[in-house]
Amino acid sequence: MEIPTIVGAGLAVIGAGIGIGMIGGKAMEAIARQPEAYGKIQTAMLIAAALIEGIGFAAIFAG
Amino acid sequence: MQRKTLSRLLLILVVAFTTFSCSKETAEDVQAKADRKQDVKDYVAHHLLDSHDFGLYSYTDDAGEVHHVGFPLPIILWDDGLKVFSSAKFHHGETVAEVDGNYYKIDHAKIYKTDAAGTINYDEDHHATNAKPLDLSITKGVFMMLLTSILMILLFRGLAKSYAKNGGIAKGAGRFFEPIVLYIRDDIAIANIGEQKYKKYMPFLLTVFFFIWFLNMFGLTPLGVNVTGNIAITTALAIIVFLITTFTGTKDYWKHIFDPLGDGMPWSGKIFIYIILVPIEILGLFIKPFALLIRLYANMTAGHVVLGSLLGLIYIFQTWLGGTLSFGLAFAISLIEILVALLQAYIFTMLAALYFGFASETHEHHEEHEGEIQHL
Repeated sequence: MEIPTIVGAGLAVIGAGIGIGMIGGKAMEAIARQPEAYGKIQTAMLIAAALIEGIGFAAIFAG
Repeated sequence: MQRKTLSRLLLILVVAFTTFSCSKETAEDVQAKADRKQDVKDYVAHHLLDSHDFGLYSYTDDAGEVHHVGFPLPIILWDDGLKVFSSAKFHHGETVAEVDGNYYKIDHAKIYKTDAAGTINYDEDHHATNAKPLDLSITKGVFMMLLTSILMILLFRGLAKSYAKNGGIAKGAGRFFEPIVLYIRDDIAIANIGEQKYKKYMPFLLTVFFFIWFLNMFGLTPLGVNVTGNIAITTALAIIVFLITTFTGTKDYWKHIFDPLGDGMPWSGKIFIYIILVPIEILGLFIKPFALLIRLYANMTAGHVVLGSLLGLIYIFQTWLGGTLSFGLAFAISLIEILVALLQAYIFTMLAALYFGFASETHEHHEEHEGEIQHL
C-alpha cells in the first residue's frame, strides 16, 4: 500500500512541533535558572525555533 | 451558584437544539453546503493571489447583480511594444480587454494573450497554454509596496527632522519608534555583526524590518492585501540579503567556506574532508537566504489561510452558534497574527544580521575560533 505524501508531511510537522516545544521548554528552564540572561536566551531560542519552523513549512509545501 | 447551573443548562439546551436543527438536512441542503464550501475555498485561494485591481469587497444586490467596490490599477504590458491601460477594461477578470488589436484575458491573476472570444486553452495539468506577455503592471501588491515606501519615507524623514530640531530628543511618533530602532541597533546589529562594522548594515536592517512589519500589519487590515505572503516579494528580499552577504564578505569569510580547517592540517589530509565539507558550505550559502524567503512567505500565507478559513466557517455553518464561535476564534487568531507580524519581521532582520555577521567576521575573530577547535 502506498502511503500518501501528506502523511509524511504530517509526521515532519509533528517532529518540528516537538522540537519547538522542547526549545521553548528548555529556554524557560534556562531563564528560571538565570533570569539575568533572559534577553540572550530569548534570542537564541527564537533563532533555533525559526530554523526548525523552516523545516516544518518545507514539509507542508512538499505534502 | 444556582445561576451558574441555570446558565449551564441553557447552554446545553442551546447546543442540543442547534445540533438537532442542523441534523434535518435534505439532499438540496447538502448540495448547497458543498457549494458554499467550494466558494470559501475559492475565495481564500483568490485572496492569496496578487490581483490587477484593488478590490475592497463585492456584493450581490437584490436583482442578482454582482457589484465590486474598489478601484482599478494601471496595467503595463510588454508585448511587441509597451502597452499601458487601465485594469477597468477587464471588468474584474470577467471580460476580454482589447488593446491595439490584441486581446488579453486574466486567468488566476495572470494575463494571457487570447483571441477575440477570450478562449484560454489548458493542458492536462490545468495550466493555461496561451502566450503570456511580459507583465510589469502595478498590481495590488506593487501598489501596497509603493504606498508603504512612501509612508516610510514620510515617517522617518519627518522623525529625522524632528530629532534635528529638538536636539536629539524624541517627540510624538518618535517616542514609539525610538525604542524599536535602538533595539535593532543594540540587540540585533551590534550583537550579531560587532561594534566596528555594524554601521554600514544598519540602513538595510532598519528598512527591511519596518518594510516587512508594516506590510504584515497592512495584511491584517480590511484592505485585504497579502504582500509578504507572496513568494515573489520574499524572494526579492532574500536575494538582496544574499547579494549583500556575498559582496561584503571578507577574505576570512571565503576562507571559512573554501578552507575551513586552515593551516592546522596538511593538504593531503584535508582533501578527503573537503570533498564533503566544501560542497556543503557552498550549498549553505544558498540555503540560508532560501530558508529566509520560505519562512516569511509560509508564515504569512498560513496566517491568511487560517483567518480566511475561520471566517469562511460562518458561511458553512450558517447557524448563530457556529458564526459566533468562528468569529471568536478568528478574533483570537487575529491577535496572534499581530504578534506574528512583528515576530516575522524581527526574525528576518535578526537572521539577515546574523548572516552579515558571518560575512564580515574579522581575522582576530577567526583565530579565536580556530583556537577553540584545537582546544577541543
